[in-house]
Amino acid sequence: MTVNDLRFERDDIAVINDACLTLDDGEILQIEGPNGSGKTTLLRILTTALQPNGGEILYQGQILSKCRFDYLSNILFLGHQSALKLTLTAEENLSWITSELPGSVSVLNALERVGLRGYSDIPCHSLSAGQQRRVALARLLLSNAKIWFLDEPFAALDGQGVQFVEQCMERHVNGGGAVMLTTHQPIGMESVRRYSLVDSSDGEALDA
Amino acid sequence: MPESNRGFSAYFRRDLLLAYRRRGEVASPVIFFVMVATLIPLGVTPEPDSLKEMAPGIIWVMALLATLLSAEGLFVSDYKDGSLEQLLISPNLLVMPIFGKVTAHWITTGLPLTLASPLIALMLSLPSVAYLPMMAGLALGTGCLSFLAAIGAALTVSLQKGSLLLTLIVMPLYMPVIIFGSAVVQYSIDGMAWSGPLAILGAMLTAAIALCPLAIAAVLRLTTIN
Repeated sequence: MTVNDLRFERDDIAVINDACLTLDDGEILQIEGPNGSGKTTLLRILTTALQPNGGEILYQGQILSKCRFDYLSNILFLGHQSALKLTLTAEENLSWITSELPGSVSVLNALERVGLRGYSDIPCHSLSAGQQRRVALARLLLSNAKIWFLDEPFAALDGQGVQFVEQCMERHVNGGGAVMLTTHQPIGMESVRRYSLVDSSDGEALDA
Repeated sequence: MPESNRGFSAYFRRDLLLAYRRRGEVASPVIFFVMVATLIPLGVTPEPDSLKEMAPGIIWVMALLATLLSAEGLFVSDYKDGSLEQLLISPNLLVMPIFGKVTAHWITTGLPLTLASPLIALMLSLPSVAYLPMMAGLALGTGCLSFLAAIGAALTVSLQKGSLLLTLIVMPLYMPVIIFGSAVVQYSIDGMAWSGPLAILGAMLTAAIALCPLAIAAVLRLTTIN
């Protein structure tokens, strides 16, 4: 996918100014920038949760509005908010998200692989922040979306969890998928391309 | 694609399950409905004749307030935990999931209210001929109320304390429902044919089912862009 001259303004203040970037199959793109530089905003625009004020997004050479269904069927977005229902158990949450029947093997497998074996029937509100994050990340194992948008996937995770996410990304990329993520943590992987949001919006932010 | 093919039933069942997990909270509108109606004979008059006059109005006003009480949370928790965003970026149309959510809301508020209404009718000494029309009217009318309240809930979803605004937005829309709803009860007390206002309630519900999910979908897209 290609992004050209993407602009986004909030209350007349440019948040993202002429961002141009590409994401190819088999690629990991890390969006960098200080707090408030528009990383999450960029991901939300690319997942169509926000409308940009200008610029265009191309998916497989086509303008996004022309292939919206196709595009949205092929992306997975994990945001700051986990989209988990706290009163449901980890297993119920996952099987609902993936439309699997309760007790399905793939869901239990995924939970086991994120290190939550034996927690499957505990309501998510009794899990710790890191464990909830792991439940949310188990979606990565269950999804067959091609493009992953991960917003701060490492937040609240321990070292082992970080490693797990990195392995997931690596497998995904090797299988021809693409990942776009934001994080402040250095990633222990080669082949990560970086895109910095600082230059494009810095002057604007000072003016405001 | 496992994540794309989900509509009415996925959301309907999940919201029912969520409601079941929070039984106490969900029951509060019904308890409110019954409790307030109990206070009327104590506070106003225990005289059966005057109670009978007021009963249709009281029952409908209480039903309206009870649905308003519970409507605020319809989209708020989804908004806060991010599942609303996931719904908005899913490739499918929003209409069916919304229809499922609102139907689940009706099952957890309107339906219990309808079932609890004979209890209130008894306390307000409503003649027994009016029971059936009242319940039929409430069943259809609370459906309308749920759909209309959902529009307000969608409009106020991103606000911290939206309940007063929600009430202000939705109240005018409730008026036709309450007029024809209490007319059903009143007509049946007076021994007149009550199928007319009931049919109008049915028509309003049909219109609400057809149009409200579209409005809610559009509103949700608008209110979450910020």
